[in-house]
Amino acid sequence: MLKKRIIPLELLKNDRLVKSCNFSEHRDVGHPIKSSKVYSDQDADELILLNIGDGDLEFDNLVRVVGKLAFECFVPLSAGGGIRKFGDAEKLFEAGADRVVLNSACYSTPLLIKEIADEYGGQSVVVGIDVKFTNGRYLLYSNSGVIETGLTLDDHIKTVINLGAGEILIQSIDRDGMMQGLDLILLTQVLSFSSIPVIIAGGTGSFMDLKSAFDLGVDAVACGSLFNFGDNNPLRAKSFLKNYGIPLKIL
Amino acid sequence: MTIGIIDVGLGNIGSLSGALYSQGWDIELIDSPEKIKQVTHLILPGVGSFSVAMERLERSGLSKAIKFFAQDGMPILGICLGMQLLADKGVEGGLCAGLGLIHGDIRPFGVVQPFRFPHVGWNVMNKQASHPVLSGIKAGADFYFVHGYHFTVRDKSDIVGLTDYSLNFASVIANRNVLGVQFHPEKSQKNGLRLLDNFCNWSGGC
Repeated sequence: MLKKRIIPLELLKNDRLVKSCNFSEHRDVGHPIKSSKVYSDQDADELILLNIGDGDLEFDNLVRVVGKLAFECFVPLSAGGGIRKFGDAEKLFEAGADRVVLNSACYSTPLLIKEIADEYGGQSVVVGIDVKFTNGRYLLYSNSGVIETGLTLDDHIKTVINLGAGEILIQSIDRDGMMQGLDLILLTQVLSFSSIPVIIAGGTGSFMDLKSAFDLGVDAVACGSLFNFGDNNPLRAKSFLKNYGIPLKIL
Repeated sequence: MTIGIIDVGLGNIGSLSGALYSQGWDIELIDSPEKIKQVTHLILPGVGSFSVAMERLERSGLSKAIKFFAQDGMPILGICLGMQLLADKGVEGGLCAGLGLIHGDIRPFGVVQPFRFPHVGWNVMNKQASHPVLSGIKAGADFYFVHGYHFTVRDKSDIVGLTDYSLNFASVIANRNVLGVQFHPEKSQKNGLRLLDNFCNWSGGC
């Protein structure tokens, strides 16, 4: 049977890994290659590497880091952040990414999803969706939480699936870095709207949070703070979850 | 031994090269038919869509060269899309002929609640037959899958491994010197690396 996945979520800025709170206040948390190798040794199921810098230089840096990672670290790798055109995705695939993560481009040029899916297959496209909960609704934001798109979760998920996306990465900006638990109501909604696999991110503070999300049926949980602050790592998370019968990778 | 990796510009041969290199194998990237003469093994890797990959293999002349390599009894390994390209035909991007090295065709997974597609993540490969390439890999080991289409074989005797996800689909297939794996061994950590090693040590005989 297909196992649940635990995925360290790494944010890349100026050659270093950083961690945020509510998508701001970035703190340095390490070196991308070294940290990734450690995660790989700690039984991480995949890695997600997102460039949160602005501009071409930062994007080129992402490509370079992906190239090094792919050659040294044999963990399934999704990379993104700043993909604006087909050529950006192409560079990442050539560097060694297994999948690319598109976010803001899905609002401005949604056909990019189809362009990449047609060439590389839909399974290679992960669509990142960042949300804030305001006045009783989930609002979708682009450009790292800055621009409100005016779209609903339901409509946007339908659109990206129709264009060929292979997976959704749903992030709660409100819960980001807070370590107060994942937004399970958000998760329930996304699971009901999506026929493609779902990864949830934002707010994991304890191993019990992982269990709650897996119990609802999510395919994977992506974690930032959980593995950066404190003594937790994917190995320990899995030991904990095994006690509850959560199906996990066996090597 | 020199391991040839077919390179038609469809991404991610970095991990595969890195994995083989770390295990001590000599690698040659193959982007034209002449280069195939230099290698003892051939790997057809897999990121991409069926029709785009076949078009590139045809255009470069590699399609014919790969078939000759197979006819000569040389060991070939298809990974993920690479395994699917071994089929007679595929439908992704329109109906398209494959290499026809292992009979069967490629179909998308159907809509089956509560399963989500594509099939992404770690899943078990259940051995149906023994094969040198699976030596030393214990039963129940998970491998990494990421695909929306699967291989339906014409001859059940070509099935070496099955994986269960909404249906039991062929995750390892073999016919004489030609072998295909639906998962990514270069991403499947110790069991995947073992499989790659076994392939590189295999002469193509059964």
